Amino acid sequence: MNEHDKPNSVEAQARRDFLKTGALVAGATLAPGVLFYGVAHSRAPEEAASSDKRFGLLIDTTKCGDGCNDCVSACNTENGLTGETGPQDSQWIRKVDIKDLRTGYVQSLPMMCQHCENPPCVDVCPTGASMKRADGIVLVDRHTCIGCRYCMMACPYKARSFVHEPLTDQNPEVPRGKGCVESCTFCVQRVDRDEQPACVEACNTQGHNAMIFGDLKDPESALNKALKAASSIEVRADLALNTGVRYQGI
Amino acid sequence: MAQEHCTNQGECRTGQFTALLALGGLVILGALYAFFTLEHHGHVLTGMNNQIVWGLPHVFAVFLIVAASGALNVASIGSVFGKDVYKKRAPLSGMLALALLAGGLAVLVLDLGRPDRLIVAMTHYNFQSIFAWNMIFYNGFFAIVGLYLITLMDRKLKAWSKPVGYMAFFWRLGLTTATGSIFGFLVARAGYNSALMAPMFIIMSFAYGLAIFMVVQSAMYTWNGLVLDEGVRRRMKNLLAIFVGASLYFTVVFHLTNLYFAKQWDFERFILLDGGIYTQVFWIGQVLLGGIVPLILLFMPRTKDAQKICFCFLAPLLVILGGLAQMYVTIIGGQAFPMQMFPGHEVTSTFFDGVVAQYSPTMYEWLLGMGGVGITFVLTVVAVRAFKFMPQDDFHVLQMRRSTD
Amino acid sequence: MARLAKWLRLAALMFAVAFSAIASIPAVAGVDLPKIEKGKGDKCVEDTQYMRRNHMDLLKHHRDDTMRKGIRTTKHSLKKCVECHASEKSGSVAASKEDFCAACHSYASVKLDCWDCHATKPGKKSPTQLGQGGVQMQSSPLIAATQPGESK
Ligand code: SF4
Ligand code: SF4
Repeated sequence: MNEHDKPNSVEAQARRDFLKTGALVAGATLAPGVLFYGVAHSRAPEEAASSDKRFGLLIDTTKCGDGCNDCVSACNTENGLTGETGPQDSQWIRKVDIKDLRTGYVQSLPMMCQHCENPPCVDVCPTGASMKRADGIVLVDRHTCIGCRYCMMACPYKARSFVHEPLTDQNPEVPRGKGCVESCTFCVQRVDRDEQPACVEACNTQGHNAMIFGDLKDPESALNKALKAASSIEVRADLALNTGVRYQGI
Repeated sequence: MAQEHCTNQGECRTGQFTALLALGGLVILGALYAFFTLEHHGHVLTGMNNQIVWGLPHVFAVFLIVAASGALNVASIGSVFGKDVYKKRAPLSGMLALALLAGGLAVLVLDLGRPDRLIVAMTHYNFQSIFAWNMIFYNGFFAIVGLYLITLMDRKLKAWSKPVGYMAFFWRLGLTTATGSIFGFLVARAGYNSALMAPMFIIMSFAYGLAIFMVVQSAMYTWNGLVLDEGVRRRMKNLLAIFVGASLYFTVVFHLTNLYFAKQWDFERFILLDGGIYTQVFWIGQVLLGGIVPLILLFMPRTKDAQKICFCFLAPLLVILGGLAQMYVTIIGGQAFPMQMFPGHEVTSTFFDGVVAQYSPTMYEWLLGMGGVGITFVLTVVAVRAFKFMPQDDFHVLQMRRSTD
Repeated sequence: MARLAKWLRLAALMFAVAFSAIASIPAVAGVDLPKIEKGKGDKCVEDTQYMRRNHMDLLKHHRDDTMRKGIRTTKHSLKKCVECHASEKSGSVAASKEDFCAACHSYASVKLDCWDCHATKPGKKSPTQLGQGGVQMQSSPLIAATQPGESK
């Protein structure tokens, strides 16, 4: 996890420094279609996640391609999911197609854990396994999850999956196993080393640029600028969960 | 004549007693088999999935837990409201409540994804969680009702039975409110998010608990070759009728509020009209077999023999069946109905958004669910045999009456 | 009552499973001590004796820090343990009975559930780490294309 321990730490450090400089000019374009926004500074490994930040994501559905599945495949690869879509298979992110019943207007958008500020999953979890990290990322602590699935009953976005089978060969950075509930982590292992979630990265690399990830508490972040520039909504705003994921264009 | 010595605990009919135990034990073994198989292979073997996350085991578990609190009702009427006929039945009622709760909780635990972490559930409490509060209520229920039983059965402590009875009464109301709230607090789901959920569960618990009590009581009397006193039977019959009627009434109110105030039209349409299996289970199981038919049975004048069957077995058994149907509709129907994330839109995805979720339970779910019933059954049989749970004085009065006839 | 006892035994069993991770009584005489494969590198992050007694506490403490607070130091991280101690032969710490974790734990018969979720092999690095190292192990054209400076 710590890049300093790796043989390629020099390279990594160089990259990190480069990013820092990039962040100073608030969002540098590293390559066409690859934007590194909102990485204000790297957090040292021994430093705990802080509530000075709240990670969020803005999804522009007008840029999200119908039939495009790039974010989903990137997530599956990063987190070691099979990508199968049976009723008992885990899906951390999925593409949802919606059609306005009155006008027939069709849209497509990715749906995943919305990283609610007031997460119902955390409220109901009897053991406290469902938790919100200081920086707003909602996670399941598999060490204390008893697999009661109450959080799945409570989540308004069907964001969670239960692992129905024993697993092997997990990604060392993404432990997951039978009998526990899991959901999108915003790729916390990547975020902790100042990278973007796999879905966001994939979407932008492929040139769709439908997702902007960043710090909601940083007024200078590209995320906040985009939020300020155009109207956006949270799905099921009636529940007042103040989701970390917001959508534009619906 | 010889049977009179066997009324409470006797050594007689050991063969049949053992057979009953063996039957119950077999059912429990089945549940253990399912448990260990699932523990090894995971929940793939069940019909439960990421859409229907709580399945048949939960139908049984919640039913048993709700019925547990209702079974205590008889004791409460005795202690709290001072009705003598019910006072005599308080020990049986308390014992049944404990047995039912034990059965229900066992199913819940056996169905966990990580049952080996039960110790975690007991040491990590999230006090925001109504589920965690339930665990506290359940443990407290065991303690208080246990204490209550002791005060009832020990002459020296008899004086305490009233205050402890009060405590048990209120604790039980809390418990059922909490159980109902497990669903009521699920704001996300159209079928659950209702303040009426908790009171409805309380009313229904009265009906289910009393029904189970009546079946057990009748079985005990029959087992011992006795006949339940006419007056007692009539009282209980009327009480059951009131509870069943009230449950029906609440069901109507629940769906009407959903229709007129909460504007949950789509969900109501699903349950009441075109939900397939759920609509059928609702109308045929919950309303007809669990409500209307028992009411007719309870009020229809019959000959004495026929009355005995209808009042003491058939009507309560139907109420129990209706209760399971109600749980099925509430728990599974509530999940099968697609969650509305984008109102006014037709929704499709790889994760079964926008479609009615399919559920077909496998053998393992039946084994787990029935295991809870088995545990309750075995505990009851053993307790009735080992302690004096037969309603006492009533039996005495009955004999006096007979002799004067 | 016998059935009651059976039910109690079930409960006891469950507790036993949970507790088995804590209580360990090493066998005394007559059994060969487990052969423990030497890890990569010169020495462990802590003194060996200390590690023998306290590795579980260190790991548990670190797991909570990482999981709940996002502290990602590497000194006591399970992932790093695996990287050093994975067996030459099986490439894993718990695939065969001789592997580092399995050797001791089967000797002391202490059940582990770490490997229900955690990888026993250092194995595949995440795509982004690959990007930094430049070694391509997983084919994912999307992600491989995200290296800084590379133009599409
Ligand atoms: S989207 Fe669901 S899983 Fe994610 S934080 Fe909100 S309630 Fe929890
Ligand atoms: S399944 Fe796990 S995370 Fe979800 S509510 Fe139960 S214990 Fe909490």
